[in-house]
This record gives sequence, C-alpha cells and structure tokens, in this order.
Amino acid sequence: MLDDIAIRVRQNVGIVTAVLLFAILYLLYNLAHPKGFSSAVLVQNGDEIFALAMLAMAQTVPVLASGLDLSVGAVMTMVGCFASYLLTGAADGTPLHLDIFGLQFGLGTFPGGVSGILLGIVLCLATGALAGFINGCVVVYGRIQPIIATLATGAVYIGIALFLRPTPGGKIDEDLNWALTNSLGDFAATVHIFDDGAASWFAPVAWIPVPFVLLILIALLVWVPFRRSVIGRAVYAVGSAEGAAYMSGLPIERAKIAAFTLAGFFAGCGGLFLAIQTSSGNADIPQAGAYTLNSIASVVIGGTSLLGGTGSAIGSIFGAMVLRVISFFFRIFDIAPLLQPLFEGLILLGAVSISALGVLRVKNTLELFR
Amino acid sequence: MSDAVLTQPAFLTLSGISKRYAGVRALEGVDFACERGKIHAVLGENGAGKSTLIKIISGVVQPDSGSMRLAGQDVSFATPSAANAAGVVCIFQELSLMPDLSVADNISIASPPRRFGLIDARAQRRRAEQLLAEIGCEDVNPLMRVRDLPLSRRQVVEIAKALGKKPQLLILDEATSALTSADVEKVYAMLARLKAEGVAILYISHRMHEVEALADRASVFRNGRHIETFDKGKRSTADIVQLMIGRDIATQYPPKPARGAVKPVLDIENLSWDRHLDRISLRVGAGEIVGLGGLDGQGQKSLLLALFGVLRGVTGRVTVEGHEVRPASPAAAKSVGIALVPEDRKTEGLMLPMSIADNLVIASLDAISTGPLVDRARENEVIKRAIARLQIKIGAPGDAVSTLSGGNQQKVVLAKWLMTDPKLILLNDPTRGIDVGTKQELYRLMRELADQGAAILFYSTDYDELIGCCDRVAIMYDGRIVRELEGDELTETNIIASALNIDAATPDAAGAAHA
Repeated sequence: MLDDIAIRVRQNVGIVTAVLLFAILYLLYNLAHPKGFSSAVLVQNGDEIFALAMLAMAQTVPVLASGLDLSVGAVMTMVGCFASYLLTGAADGTPLHLDIFGLQFGLGTFPGGVSGILLGIVLCLATGALAGFINGCVVVYGRIQPIIATLATGAVYIGIALFLRPTPGGKIDEDLNWALTNSLGDFAATVHIFDDGAASWFAPVAWIPVPFVLLILIALLVWVPFRRSVIGRAVYAVGSAEGAAYMSGLPIERAKIAAFTLAGFFAGCGGLFLAIQTSSGNADIPQAGAYTLNSIASVVIGGTSLLGGTGSAIGSIFGAMVLRVISFFFRIFDIAPLLQPLFEGLILLGAVSISALGVLRVKNTLELFR
Repeated sequence: MSDAVLTQPAFLTLSGISKRYAGVRALEGVDFACERGKIHAVLGENGAGKSTLIKIISGVVQPDSGSMRLAGQDVSFATPSAANAAGVVCIFQELSLMPDLSVADNISIASPPRRFGLIDARAQRRRAEQLLAEIGCEDVNPLMRVRDLPLSRRQVVEIAKALGKKPQLLILDEATSALTSADVEKVYAMLARLKAEGVAILYISHRMHEVEALADRASVFRNGRHIETFDKGKRSTADIVQLMIGRDIATQYPPKPARGAVKPVLDIENLSWDRHLDRISLRVGAGEIVGLGGLDGQGQKSLLLALFGVLRGVTGRVTVEGHEVRPASPAAAKSVGIALVPEDRKTEGLMLPMSIADNLVIASLDAISTGPLVDRARENEVIKRAIARLQIKIGAPGDAVSTLSGGNQQKVVLAKWLMTDPKLILLNDPTRGIDVGTKQELYRLMRELADQGAAILFYSTDYDELIGCCDRVAIMYDGRIVRELEGDELTETNIIASALNIDAATPDAAGAAHA
C-alpha cells in the first residue's frame, strides 16, 4: 500500500510541484495584500484565472497526444466574439444579420430571455468544439503536423473573429455577467435560488467565487471522465508511443480528433467566460497569441511533458494559476508594467527548472534519454 | 515440401501467399499450416521472410496475393485489432508497450474492464495482477510505469498483455530474447499450459536450444520461401542450420588461439556502484575476449555502463593500458579508447532515420575532419572500407540505416566503433535477435579484433556463445564476480552452476541463491 502511494507520488511529481508552488505563492500574495484572505480578493483572482486555466486545460489534451495546438487563443477569441452577439439577453431577442462586403443578409432573430441565453451558451461551446474538431480532422486526414495545422486554422479562426467584430463591441447580459463573475452568494441572488442566497445552510459556501466552482465542475464533469474513458487512454497511448498504440489496436485517429475537439471545447469555455467577464467581444490578436503561449507555459509548469504521454489537465490548471499569481505580485509591489515580461520570463524559467532538478539525482545517465 | 503429416485439420492455413516491398520479394508463394495444441517453430535467417509471415497473419500488412483460412473460414485481417478479434495475438519483438502508461493500463489497453462506461481502474489492476501471476511474475507492480521497468520485465508485461487477449493462435516473435533465465522457464510453463488448452502457437526464435526444447514441429524459411516442415527430432541442429543458411558452415565459432602471457589492457579494482556493483576486480589483456556470464540482471550491464562513463557515483580504480581512467561521460570514455556496443541498437546504437554513412562515421568525426569541417573525400573512403571489412549488405551508403536487417544494423554499430580504433571494446549482448549467419560473422570479427590487440569484454545471455567465443568467462552474481572460468572449466554445467552461485563454498552464499 505504502509502495503504491510512493509510486503514485513519484509518477506525479510535476503536478505535486505545481500545487506546492501555487500554494506557497498564493499564501505569500495574500499575506502581502492589504485585503488578503477575503472573498473579494478571491473573486477577483478567480475571474482573472479562469480563462487561462481553461486554455491550459485545452492545450494539455493535444500535448498529451504529442501535438501542440497553436489555435487555442484564436478559438477563445472567436467564441468570445460569437458570444457578444448571442448573449445580449435582450428581452425580445437579438436580430442577427450578416454583412459580407456590403451585402446584407438577415438571419432572423435570436431568441431572448433565459432560454435564449442558455441556447447561446450551448452554441458558443459547440462552436469551440467544432473548431477543435476541424483542427483534429486537418491533422488526421490532412496528415499535417499539429503545430502547422493549428497555426493555419488559428489564423482562420482569428479571421472569422475579426469579421464578426472588426472593432471591440457587442453586449453581454448584465445579470449573466454578474452571476458568473462573483461569489456563489451573488449567483444565487441573481438567479433567485436558495432564498436569493440567504438560506442559512448556504451561508458557509456563499463566499466561494463562481469561476472556481465552474473550474472544478468542468474538471470533474469533463476532464475526469475523459481521463478514464477508453478514448482518453488512447490519447495518452498515442502520445507515449504511437506505433505501439497502433499495434495494440487502439483507435488512433479517433483519439487525435477527440483530443483536438476537447481542446476546442475547453478553449470555447475560456472564450465564453472572457466575453461574459468583459461584457463584450474583441478580436484582439495580440491577446489571442499571449493566451496561446501562456497556455503552453502553464502546461509545462503543470508537469505535463511536451513529448506527450504523461501529465494531466489538473496539473495545467495549477500551472495557469502559478503563472497568474506571479502577475498578481506585480500589482502589489508596483513593478513597472514594461518590466513585467522580463520578470515573468525569469520566474517561468525558474519554475520549469525546479521540475528538471530530478536530473541531478539520476545515477544512470542513459536514463535521461529514455 | 512437407515431411510432417497433419494429425488434425489445420487451424491456420496459408496458401500461395506472396508479398513484395518496393519490388523486393519478402515472401513468394508460401503454403503454411499450423494446428491447435502444437508449438510450431518458424526458423530462418533475418530476411528469410519470417517477420513478413507473422505480420501478414497478425494483420499488420496485407499480402499481395494468396489466401488465409482460420478454423475453416476464409479470413483477411486489415488491422492488428481485426486479427486480435479473431483470436490471433502476436507478441512482437519490437515491444508494443506504451512507456508512459502503467503496467495495468498497458495490459488492458485494447479492452479495459469498464464500469458505467469508464475504465474501472481497480478491476483493471486485479486483471493485471492475475495475468502476471499466471506467468509467475507477481513481482511486477501493476502501478509502475513501463518506462521504469528494465527490458526483461517489459517483455513479461508484453506477454501478459497478449495472454489477456485470450489467444486462439499465439505468435511469439523472439519473445524470450530479453527475458531472464528464470522468467524463460515460467514462460515455457505457460506455453505448455496454453498448448494443453488447445491454443495454436507459432514460435520464432534464434536460440536453437529453445526451439529444441519447446517445438513439436518446425518450419524453415529461406529467402522468402517455405523450405521444409518437420516434426520434432527428425532433424539435427546441424541439419537445421544447414537448411536455414543453405550453405555449409565449418565451425560455428572461430578457433581460439593459444595464449601466452598477455599485456593487460583493462584492469578493474574494487569497482562498486549503487547497489548493483559490488567490489568488482577483473583484468582483460590485449587480444583477449573475456565473457561476462551469469543470470540476467546480476550487474553485467551496469559494469559495462560504468566502464563507459554512463553511471554516476562509481567508486574503485580502473586503468586502461596503465593509465587510471575515470570517464565521466561516453565522450570521455571514447577519448581514452573505450567503445561500447549498447544493449538496444535501435535507440542507443543507431540514429535510425539517418543514413548508413552518417551512422558509420558519427563516433569518429574528429578523425576525418579538418577544423570544423568534415572532409567528404576521407569520409567516403573510410565508409567504403568499413562496409567492405564488415561485409555489410546495403543498397547505398546514403540509405537510412533503418532499411537494413537487424544483423546488418548491428554490424553498423560495431563498425562505427571500430573506426575509433578502440583499445577496449565492450559488447552488451550484441547478438540478441540476430540470425545465425550474421552471428557467425560477428564472432569472426570479434576474434579478428582481438588478434589485432584489442581487449574485448563481452556480455551475452547465450551460454553457448560464451563458451564458443571467450578465452575466459567471469560469472556475476548479485553484483559480484563469483567465479572466472577458463580453458577446460568453460562448460555449460560450470557456467550454470556458477550463475546460480550453487557451487560456492560458503553456505551463506548458497543460501542467498535460494532466497
């Protein structure tokens, strides 16, 4: 039994390191923050972390199958732009029309109200998943290396986003924004459940920020079942040794398509939240790029090997949180914004080096290359 | 064509199977049949068509022509999983394990036990434990990652994985080549059990004594053709070898020269490392081939790696031609005249996608360069010489080394090191999975190198080979050298006895052997 635990810890050293690193950094941050350990700070942090955490999860899945997805930021941006049309929450619905080089096409009216918002959310997430599915098909059937395939499709998705929102704009239902970007208490008050959040049994959890709850729900309801499904296992197998996976009769092509589709779904979740949080759609190209690169950094900090086969989206969530907490420190210590990339880079280097320390303990240097 | 009479309707029948790869014939009009409840050995040199035969039966490749019947039904398998579904399971020589997944994951990879549609980790683990127990290898923890297991244990996992698919026809392709002797026994027992249950077994091995011990029937292939099938005991080993290579072989091993006093090249004193090497002292002289024997995993490989600068934290004293050396890396070892032919030629010995020429000169680039630039003319010249000297059968030097057969690949590894003019050559089981003809050429080459003054330390899992090739054999047990055998003492009985450490005078050592 103890043996088993020791084996599990040894196999998940990357994740454990990321969790510890986050715990230490976040503790220090709260100690240094004038309003540390308060629900308000937690809510603010949750909102800032959520989108990157989703993109980190998104990036993890293709990386596990040993492929990078350079389109996650673009999918996020595109879905955000969709959301700024579909989630306006106007009571009598939103008229939709297309403007292609001056030609106007009416697309009818998108339903309003709560049902309209729910439908809009489903459509946004489906759009993300579809974008990912297309990535997967290009990689599998086009036989193109993932990094190139997603570089190209990412440009297409950004193009669609720019087409939808040449300038930042649009609108998101205010209640939706309020309900999802605050604490559980505010959520209950907005959607009128649990006596508007005043129920006595609800009080002990009312302080928890909604984004954290969403993060945990998505991890539990999407990632954990995927990890334990046959197709999820096949994704790990493909990343570990594709030839062996083929010889074992695994559905390799389906696994890769599933990996990219899931990545698109997670990226869509991130885009949806970002739009809700900012109450607008914005085809921001530098932001899309930054999110993509940060998603890769999060995956690495979270202990997932870029070679594929080992790691977990849970680790990547902590990787994203570590990355974000580092930028929180800049606010407290009032570091010039122009210096931030420099510090972020140095800290990233340091964090990644910690997980490489194990190299020093290896007694048989041949093992370093296996 | 066939001396053997089928005693029952054949389980698997191939008729007129042909296969070409890019115009090169791999199989030509092959008729072949095997029965339930029989172990059927398939013999032949590398390139004889055995691998292609297996790949066709197990659905990895499709034949160009011919038909296949399984249990009276016409079949053709488009994928390995289609073959698996029909009960045809193959244990491949190139392991089909995923190194980053756990043992349990790997064993159940094709059809994991499920609960509510998701993989049931606990049931999967129980299944792994059960299957490993069936082979008698309970010591493998199903939670371990395959990556963290030694090669011999990986092969055990591979066998357990195949067993889990409930095979009707089980194909073993050199499946025991990496196993320890103890595990080989357990696998034999398992095969006997499967045979009794009526499973048809195809057994491919280069180890003649294995075939003799196991097979009820054998078929010999040569140059893509089925040459002959015969029952156990109908042909002598010499006959079989004759059938396989199609030419006479005078002696399997080159003669050992009479030796006078030898000039010591390698002198090891009290070498220790971690828990795997314990105060090793050994000398190897110029012109000597010294074997490392014993059960697998007693420290032989570690000793070679320690000498080659791969291991950290090695203590003791090593001198090469009188100078103390302590190589910190393979590069440093190379610079003092040490060469190592590593355990796994595909990952450690060769850069598979690179050309034969590139691989040949990769260890001796300094010698053929002026300043930072490689001298192309000199490069071509040394490559030509090496290919001629080792009789490596190739198309063009620019072809990827992966296009060569296993035996020729191993020759490239050896040739690469010969170009550095090593004083000490370390060989880590260099003949594993290599055909008889190439093995003999390697033996001849080893002797030739020794005659030219090199000192050779040769680890082999094949006792025959140690007896035939070596001037002296050091038997290792539990990280120590327990005995050195020389001259007339060099017999299989002595090697096995020393390997098990059962003839040691001290009772506690004998006790350790039983523990």
